[in-house]
Amino acid sequence: MSTLFAILFYFVTLVFVVGTFYRIGVYTRTPAPLKIPTTPAPMNTGGVVLRMMREVFLFESLFKANLWTWGLGWLFHVSLALVLLRHLRYFTDPVWPWVAFVQPFGTYAGITMLAGVAGLWARRIFVERIRYISTPSDHLMLALFMAIAISGLTMSFFVHTDVIAVKGFMLGLMHFDLQALPSSIGLYVHLSLVALLMMIFPISKLLHAPGLFFSPGRNQVDNPREKRHIAAWAKRMESEN
Amino acid sequence: MAEITAPAYRVIPIIPALKPGAMEGSGPYVSGEKMNEALGFPGKLVDDWHDKAIAKMGDLLGKYRSLKVYMDSCVHCGACSDKCHYFIGTQDPKNMPVARQDLMRSVYRRYFTLPGKLFPKLVGARDLTREVLDEWHNYYHQCSECRRCSVFCPYGIDTAEVTMAARDILDSVGYGQKYDIEIIGKVHKIGNNLGLPAPALIDTMEGLEEDVKEATGIDVRFPIDIKGAEVLLITPSADFFAEPHIDSLIGYAKVFHATGTSWTLSSMSSEAANFGMFIGNYEQLRKVALRIRQAALELGVKRIVVGECGHAWRVAYSFWNTLSGVGEGADPDDKFAQMLQQQLDHRYRQPTHICEFTWDMIERGALSLDKEANDKHIITFHDSCNVARGSSMGGYPGGQFDIPRNIIKSVANHFHEMDPSTTHEKTFCCGGGGGLLTDDLMDLRVKGALPRMEVLKQVSDEHGVNFMAVICAICKTQFSKVMPIYGFDRRMVGGVHQLVSNAIRLGEK
Repeated sequence: MSTLFAILFYFVTLVFVVGTFYRIGVYTRTPAPLKIPTTPAPMNTGGVVLRMMREVFLFESLFKANLWTWGLGWLFHVSLALVLLRHLRYFTDPVWPWVAFVQPFGTYAGITMLAGVAGLWARRIFVERIRYISTPSDHLMLALFMAIAISGLTMSFFVHTDVIAVKGFMLGLMHFDLQALPSSIGLYVHLSLVALLMMIFPISKLLHAPGLFFSPGRNQVDNPREKRHIAAWAKRMESEN
Repeated sequence: MAEITAPAYRVIPIIPALKPGAMEGSGPYVSGEKMNEALGFPGKLVDDWHDKAIAKMGDLLGKYRSLKVYMDSCVHCGACSDKCHYFIGTQDPKNMPVARQDLMRSVYRRYFTLPGKLFPKLVGARDLTREVLDEWHNYYHQCSECRRCSVFCPYGIDTAEVTMAARDILDSVGYGQKYDIEIIGKVHKIGNNLGLPAPALIDTMEGLEEDVKEATGIDVRFPIDIKGAEVLLITPSADFFAEPHIDSLIGYAKVFHATGTSWTLSSMSSEAANFGMFIGNYEQLRKVALRIRQAALELGVKRIVVGECGHAWRVAYSFWNTLSGVGEGADPDDKFAQMLQQQLDHRYRQPTHICEFTWDMIERGALSLDKEANDKHIITFHDSCNVARGSSMGGYPGGQFDIPRNIIKSVANHFHEMDPSTTHEKTFCCGGGGGLLTDDLMDLRVKGALPRMEVLKQVSDEHGVNFMAVICAICKTQFSKVMPIYGFDRRMVGGVHQLVSNAIRLGEK
């Protein structure tokens, strides 16, 4: 089983990294031929950095749109971030001090993450408009996060697993020195679901995470009159006539 | 056509319940063979439309980062789902911005993503069938490209970009929209959307000079094709004869007269509107914009000023520098743009909005204004969607909101804002923008005006507002057509420069 999980994790890490970088590469290479920031927009780079930070950390536009979706979505994402940071302890030795600091918050963030997912799912089921636009994969994505959270919380609070051994396994993976994974159904489920999540990341709507940084509506400086902006394919038209 | 009636106002503006299929058969006329061919599109729907459409989609995905990122990034959060005026007015769920995007996203997933190829049902992917193509023609012509949804999207996804791409694909297979294609054809052939030839234009301007002389006793000129004039005015051709547009044109001329500015119109390039944007076709967008470049070069002007028109100002402000070099900051080796930019006077922003011009003159004290002349008007201001969310004025974010209001407050005494959830960046489209200002879409236009009419009714009841000022030719036409259906006087709508025209005192400074 340890070997199986080792192979699985090498594979999904490869898919996740290569897939995500490939997507980012496509976004980077695709030109934005016209200036289309949603105005009013910042007129210098510093302003755009601030605008992007407000979007990334505070979900500013969503806040303007709908307080319920914003509240639940923000709760879910912040919780997820804390949970991910907490998990760094399984990949670092010695554990970085700030990761140790995050640890207790991260544990309880698992609960708020679950609450966020549940709320978002309820919205998807009970609000007519959102139900209308939902595809099966939208529901399954929430189910996946919910299952990951539940399997993780179960290990934290009810059926403890040998986390020292888990850490040994992960560090072993990183140093290509295979260690045994404790045999625990909860752990197997948790790790398999995380592997699935990593695998679908580059081919699903989870691409909204890198996508945000490439959205011309948000990341462009509003200075079209001051600086000529032109894509290479559009510039070629000028030599044709 | 059955008589069109206005939908009922919502007592409390709650989000409407869904009425699936409400607007299913409500699309516009399909463009005819000759019009299509004049623009280089296939005359009618080609036999291999399926393959051509998918190929065109692939082409656009490689040329527009917006389309590519927007196709991938949507998480179906629903933030935009209640933000579209057409959804609010029609209750058709496919008029929710996310659902409108999904008409294309479902096809994108089927042909361009792995999960869509393997598990179409799971991720909501669909084959591009004839039904889907018809649905595109129908619902992508129920979007006015107003960008209101993009304000609320956590990833800034702009449905306008998707609509433009869809229309570009439809045109490329010979399945475009009559109104837009016909109008672009007129611009290429004659120089403006109305098909008003030079002699008629010159005649109209002479008539205006006589009218203004009669009304004011002053010789205000409406010059055309004057070489060496300082300012070239590019204004929507509706300003030349439509009501209430023409009153704003008189306002511009009075401002130029009062400030001693030498200016000219161009008979060859007598159109600010650029429907190339509406159909999302870069070549057409560029070709229409190049007429202005040509006129500027031929007339040797130092400044280009743009009249009251929403999408035209978006194109001028955001795209002209890219398309035609009207602007500044081109690379030294960029011969195409430098040729024009060396001629322009960069002490001024190029291009300049007429409101920027007038406000600058008011600030300098160059105009003599009699506010009492507008006392019969209790005024509100409708932010035009493309100005609000696709452009700016005055060189700072939000100038596009302040400057027209500053002008109104300088020329009139009574001003009241409408509900703040419907102004500034959150403004609603008039219901006729984005190439939908055609009689075959009248039902849609009336329904799409609902959210604006609701809040206008509020200020009209509470503050006695009897004049809604706008800075867009489409808004002016649309409102004067649909407002009577909502029980308002059609003369309640007018331009900001119509108010300037009322207040300005000529021959005093």
